[in-house]
Amino acid sequence: MKVKAKVKNNITNVRVLAKHPMETGRRVNKETGEKIPAKYIQELTCEYEGKVVFLAQFGTSVSQNPYLAFSFEGGKKGDSLALRWNDNTGDIEKKDAIIK
Amino acid sequence: MAITRRKFLNILTVSSTACLALMTPLTTWAAWASDAFNAEKPDDAYKNLFGSTELVESDEVKLKVPRIAENGGAVPVSVKTSMKNVESISLFVKDNPQPLTATFQIPAGTLPDVSTRIRLAQTSTVTAVIKADGKLFSKSQEVKVTLGGCGG
Repeated sequence: MKVKAKVKNNITNVRVLAKHPMETGRRVNKETGEKIPAKYIQELTCEYEGKVVFLAQFGTSVSQNPYLAFSFEGGKKGDSLALRWNDNTGDIEKKDAIIK
Repeated sequence: MAITRRKFLNILTVSSTACLALMTPLTTWAAWASDAFNAEKPDDAYKNLFGSTELVESDEVKLKVPRIAENGGAVPVSVKTSMKNVESISLFVKDNPQPLTATFQIPAGTLPDVSTRIRLAQTSTVTAVIKADGKLFSKSQEVKVTLGGCGG
């Protein structure tokens, strides 16, 4: 997961690029003819100072390697944000990002 | 029949457990909205997510999405609004196998302005729904897709 967070005029802008296949479960492997099992991010959260500032829930119609951009009031240069996603198979990725 | 002391205690235990079970969802964020995501029709998805299908079309919902998308696999979408007390922003694609695409909770202090990239299986209408002050406001736009983003 790549995260860029920047504060300007007391508003922190966060951009996230999560590396994930976002398999819908409807695609078929052309060689074997078998369905590729669904694997997609269900939830992505961003916390600042122990508070959830953003929560996204995804279905299968979000693009591969999901991109997200959002902003919240406050945030200080040098402070850290805690991001986390979990997918339908139970995989989790966590990432801390420093606000620039 | 009179209620015995033992029976009375049992009732007390059962009802207090039920109360606790009902109270917990208020203190945590909602779990992944599986019923709404699995719905195959927009109206069912609205009902399962919001408990209502009453959407008010509003130009205050600023939906930015291209009119023509060459690649349905990654269509950039932005939604923002100047409305106050926004609770959530949700995206729906009418003709996708499962219309609900994403839903974003907007806590106090977070701006009602999000961008992401979504898939369109075919030419379809994209609808953004903003929940503000307990009411639902929407804005839709058709996106022509020359190459689908689902199946394969």
